[in-house]
Amino acid sequence: MLALGGVDFSLRAGEIHALMGENGAGKSTLIKCLTGVHAPAGGDIHLAGAPVRFGSPRDAERAGISTVYQEIGLIPHLSIAENICLGREPVHRFWPHPIRWSAVRARARDALARLGLSGLDVRRELASCSIAVQQLIAIARALDMSPRVLILDEPTSSLDRDECARLFDVLKRLRGQGLGIIFITHALEQVEQVADRVTVLRDGKLVGVHDAIALSRAMLVSLMVGRAFDHVPVAAGSSGAEGVGSGGAKSGSEDALLSARGIGRRGSLEHVDFTIAPGEAVGLAGLLGSGRTETARLLFGADVMDRGELRVRGRAARFAAPHDAIAHGIALTPENRKAEGIIPSLSVRENIILALQARSGFSKRLSRAAQNALACGFITSLGIKVGNAETPIAHLSGGNQQKALLARWLATEPALLILDEPTRGIDVASKAEILRAIHDMRSKGMAILFISSELEEVVRACTRVVVLRDRRSVAQLSGVQVTEQNVLNAVAQHHA
Amino acid sequence: MPERTRAIQNALRPLLWPVVALGLLLIFNAVCTAGFFTIELRDGRFYGVLVDILNHGSRVAIVALGMTLVIATGGVDLSAGAAAAIAGAITASLVAQGHAPWPLAIVAALAAGLLCGVWNGVLVTVLRLQPIVATLILMVAGRGIAQLITDGLIITFQSPPLAAVGNGSFLALPMPLALLVGVGAIVALGAHRTPLGLFIASVGDNEVASRLAGVPDRAVRIIAYAACGVLAALAGVIECSYIKAADANNAGNLLELDAILAVVIGGTALRGGRFSLAGTVLGAFFMQTLTTTLYMQNVSAEIAPAPKAAVVVIVCLLQSPSFRHRCAALFARRGSP
Repeated sequence: MLALGGVDFSLRAGEIHALMGENGAGKSTLIKCLTGVHAPAGGDIHLAGAPVRFGSPRDAERAGISTVYQEIGLIPHLSIAENICLGREPVHRFWPHPIRWSAVRARARDALARLGLSGLDVRRELASCSIAVQQLIAIARALDMSPRVLILDEPTSSLDRDECARLFDVLKRLRGQGLGIIFITHALEQVEQVADRVTVLRDGKLVGVHDAIALSRAMLVSLMVGRAFDHVPVAAGSSGAEGVGSGGAKSGSEDALLSARGIGRRGSLEHVDFTIAPGEAVGLAGLLGSGRTETARLLFGADVMDRGELRVRGRAARFAAPHDAIAHGIALTPENRKAEGIIPSLSVRENIILALQARSGFSKRLSRAAQNALACGFITSLGIKVGNAETPIAHLSGGNQQKALLARWLATEPALLILDEPTRGIDVASKAEILRAIHDMRSKGMAILFISSELEEVVRACTRVVVLRDRRSVAQLSGVQVTEQNVLNAVAQHHA
Repeated sequence: MPERTRAIQNALRPLLWPVVALGLLLIFNAVCTAGFFTIELRDGRFYGVLVDILNHGSRVAIVALGMTLVIATGGVDLSAGAAAAIAGAITASLVAQGHAPWPLAIVAALAAGLLCGVWNGVLVTVLRLQPIVATLILMVAGRGIAQLITDGLIITFQSPPLAAVGNGSFLALPMPLALLVGVGAIVALGAHRTPLGLFIASVGDNEVASRLAGVPDRAVRIIAYAACGVLAALAGVIECSYIKAADANNAGNLLELDAILAVVIGGTALRGGRFSLAGTVLGAFFMQTLTTTLYMQNVSAEIAPAPKAAVVVIVCLLQSPSFRHRCAALFARRGSP
């Protein structure tokens, strides 16, 4: 099998094969060639020994290759059952072949039961399920086609630990049934947990195929990056320790840049306290759904808080819209890069200057020379891989889009930068670069609020961690207390 | 400056297909339509088929400029024709009854257009109605308002300076063309010399992300609808001046649909985002040239819309990259069996 830049790839029946590489390495292109989205310019594809040619994704599905893409391709306002059977609904034998809804529901229940989700009501609207459950439903839909090959493009990026473990059990069971599974991920430990073999791509070329057992994490990283991996500087552990579970932040202290007391919003956040000082990096930790993103949105005015008190530099503030928060020097890179971050068909330059221009308003247009200088400056300093600043941002890989969004906010020189999952779904090298940029910004006096599901990153980047659980802030760790174990304990602790 | 040339290239790319389409149509006329390119100068003014095309095309082009801004925000304005009818009714009745001198009447008409636009903008942004529904309201109600102003009558007026707006000439060219040039310059400067153009494209491309980047999305939309309302009113004034009367029933009829077609042919996508003002003007003149061509080929006015629609479909298909791609693939397969 040959695809993009002369890459050979093979998948055995009954194996879980991890496909790894930085953003822009060619993973997605390879997948798109295998699933008939792109026609490969050269080479050929064999399925079970016979040569195949796919003119469309539908051809590939019929041949037994099912794919679950990173952006969940389901219809939000249809029911779970409708989503699972969409396009393959069982119908009555006689004209006009009405859909047999009871059979649709039964099939959906079967498909979910294979994933250990038997408790779910399949008549529920998809949009009412959490992202994690939606991800599992997308997999259930793929399995309903009884495929021979299952391709999962970063299936774990929105799952927490338990959900990952459950998904891996399912994958292992499917492997036992002889299914070949291609699994794209950026998380190294997941490769150890579940993969049999690993294929690494870099810059559209094949770097190597290895047995997962024989591969250490360090080796894997250096294969992907193509050089020895240098570690991100560890945040200097500073000052005062506060007790785990003390709950209350140092409220209203004079030097605080921003302090929140009991902020919340009906239906999204209960009660969160915290303060942040200039030059401080504070992490928000907690499980999926614990209120991390909701906190960020309230602080940025993306949602309006209906309780609690917010002070910026000691003065009470109310944000009715992001515009107000930006005027106070607050910036946010949102969790969902594609839907809420990039303006896809505008150029990298326009995407970078957008927030600065929006803050200056209608009357003061940034000169073209100033725009070019800003854009080119950030492209160089953040190492954004792009041919030129006039390329539409949609053409960039995820990691480079994320860097451009970082540049958009750095251009406004914010006092507080909120980063919601800045490293989700991007490659190891971009991750390291972004974490290093965060470190630089802090040393220039910028305050950082850092949200990440990867505890290791939070611990490494932050001097203080606020732990959320069930939409409340429940603990605060600082200085030497900031360790993965302590944070995990705080997350896991039940109300005393 | 390489960044600059790239930006200019990006701006010119959408113009390719409108230019090709217009060029083909002109070549067809050069071969098949006698006297198409004849132009004569009489009484300090040019006459000829091409001049007529510029004259009549300008009116649609003026509306289409405003429509471009609205469509770029991801909306649409179906009420442009109704706003034009209201503007015509106000102008004619003020002048005919002697309530106001003609310049004041025009200002009043444009102000009414502004009001219509702001109304649409508020419905779309504050009440969050879908643009097609929000502007449909004024599309239906607007003609009624115009009828109310004219009392259901066709109001004629005698005012040589007002009649000159639609019939006069400027530098030997029709006055509407001069107005289009002036208005086009103002819209282009407003869009590209201020951040407005960036904000409009950004809101149309990804509204949520734009709001999170601090773009004042409501103000941007309201400005786009307001501009469209004012420009529709100007077109209404020109039409009323041209026929020296206000006909609340027929003035500006289907004007909005011609304008939307001009925008689409000009390469601006209906889903919003990037837009091309120059493409829109080309699109408007393409539509007018097509209408005139059919007329000169003795296609009766009753059946002309059918061949017109066929040509429009072809031009729109040519602009779709995926269609061109498929055609290219088809030819490639034939080339090497």
